Amino acid sequence: MLEGVKRVILVLSGKGGVGKSTVSTQLALTLKEKGYKVGLLDIDLCGPSVPYLLNLENQSVHQGPHGWIPVYLDKEQRLGVMSIGFLLNSRNDAVVWRGPKKTSMIKQFLEDVCWQDLDFLVIDTPPGTSDEHITVMENLRQVPQCSAVLVTTPQQVAIEDVRKEITFCNKTGIPIFGIVENMSGYECPNCSECTNIFSSGGGQSLAEYAKIPYLGSIPIDPRVGSLAGEGKAAIKELPESKTSKVFTDLVTQLTESSKNGDMK
Amino acid sequence: MLTIGTLFLTLSNTLFRNFRLSGKPSWHPLCCSFAFNPQLGLVGVLDADICGPSQPRVLGVGGERVHHSGSGWSPVYVSDNLCLMSIGFLLGSPDDAVIWRGPKKNGMIKQFLSEVDWGDLDYLLIDTPPGTSDEHLSVVQYLCGAGLTGAVLVSTPQETALLDVRKEISFCRKLKVPLIGVLENMAGFLCPHCKTRSDIFPATTGGVTAMCTEMDVPYLGSLLLQPALARAADDPTLPARDTTNAALDIRAKIMAFCERNSS
Repeated sequence: MLEGVKRVILVLSGKGGVGKSTVSTQLALTLKEKGYKVGLLDIDLCGPSVPYLLNLENQSVHQGPHGWIPVYLDKEQRLGVMSIGFLLNSRNDAVVWRGPKKTSMIKQFLEDVCWQDLDFLVIDTPPGTSDEHITVMENLRQVPQCSAVLVTTPQQVAIEDVRKEITFCNKTGIPIFGIVENMSGYECPNCSECTNIFSSGGGQSLAEYAKIPYLGSIPIDPRVGSLAGEGKAAIKELPESKTSKVFTDLVTQLTESSKNGDMK
Repeated sequence: MLTIGTLFLTLSNTLFRNFRLSGKPSWHPLCCSFAFNPQLGLVGVLDADICGPSQPRVLGVGGERVHHSGSGWSPVYVSDNLCLMSIGFLLGSPDDAVIWRGPKKNGMIKQFLSEVDWGDLDYLLIDTPPGTSDEHLSVVQYLCGAGLTGAVLVSTPQETALLDVRKEISFCRKLKVPLIGVLENMAGFLCPHCKTRSDIFPATTGGVTAMCTEMDVPYLGSLLLQPALARAADDPTLPARDTTNAALDIRAKIMAFCERNSS
């Protein structure tokens, strides 16, 4: 399974709405901009956001001789995307499935997609520690080059759920690459006063508490928010923003650790 | 066992739109505005988010435990007329993860509905996790006989959130759950320094109102992002009631729906 993939990165969070899909897509786009071949797999079956974020709605997946062919963002085929969104007739359609059906769909995504040779495969997950996660972990156990990036927002309610996710990773034996704090402050466009809407510093203190690397904090930036739906990389469109800096650093750390052969 | 005047179901795909903090800021104040109004009678809150229970913290009863009594588990009382049941009360530590597949989650929800001594509730509010899967199907199936009044959907203004809410609307229609309406949370932000309003999550596609028109669903109203409320969810000593006119108006609309539709 996933033999041609050099490195698998799981983007996880216990909470919904903390920006997992935004982090996943921006991470994939940053890796692509840096010249890597990247795959992005969206296993959030009930709420797939990746097709919209990358402006790939209405695209469809084709069956090739070696399996499903992912949807490519660019002509050079440096970013391939797979999501259940491509298999639905309408963007309003709901996937009302219980666990077993979700499990078999995810197995298919992992086994039957023809990713070709990839430097990185980024997997965007739904919130929680249930069917989707158990399935992915069980299957990725055979894939040694896999690690998890946890996303949180600074408030305690989100941190509490991320602590559960850390326990989950430890129990299932997936190495944690680090933790990213999203939505960590908002700068008023009028007076430039920075307000910590969702309090502050939670991600860093969690990283210290759980002894996992802290990968940086991404502020709330409506300019980045408005890139959603266009499939554009923050590092290209907004090179000066703090968001670009965090993603550039994250990619540097990922590639360094890949070189050293250390997945943590 | 379950005697409830009115049943409520809140659905949301990402917690972000769900309620208190991220998703939650709207839910929490809404819930409190229900609960702290003695005229409403007894309100129960069931946290159906098995993998990420947040209600104990949000309602300020994080360290509590559930007690067994002759008539089942007794919920934790937040105030005289507000009680809460959540899997968070059954976990040993906040680090404990509930690594369960669907059937076990369904069993837990069934237990919460059938083996908790809710007493004579006037309202039961059910907070659900994101998605349209096991928890949601189970809640609807177990409650269809008990008289589910309807679902309130919570969204933030950006399309990423709306996309999931569209799916939730389709879910409700498929399962014939009446839609009370959609409320918009974190619609804007008032800078505490200069009092200028700005949009944190830009509504590039017209926001909740446009989606409601398109999908033909009632629009309940819109709540601003209030950092004080967000922080109050983390710290139970802070006051956490959203008493803005918008919140009161939304509450009135929901109650009017319930009065019209409860038997």
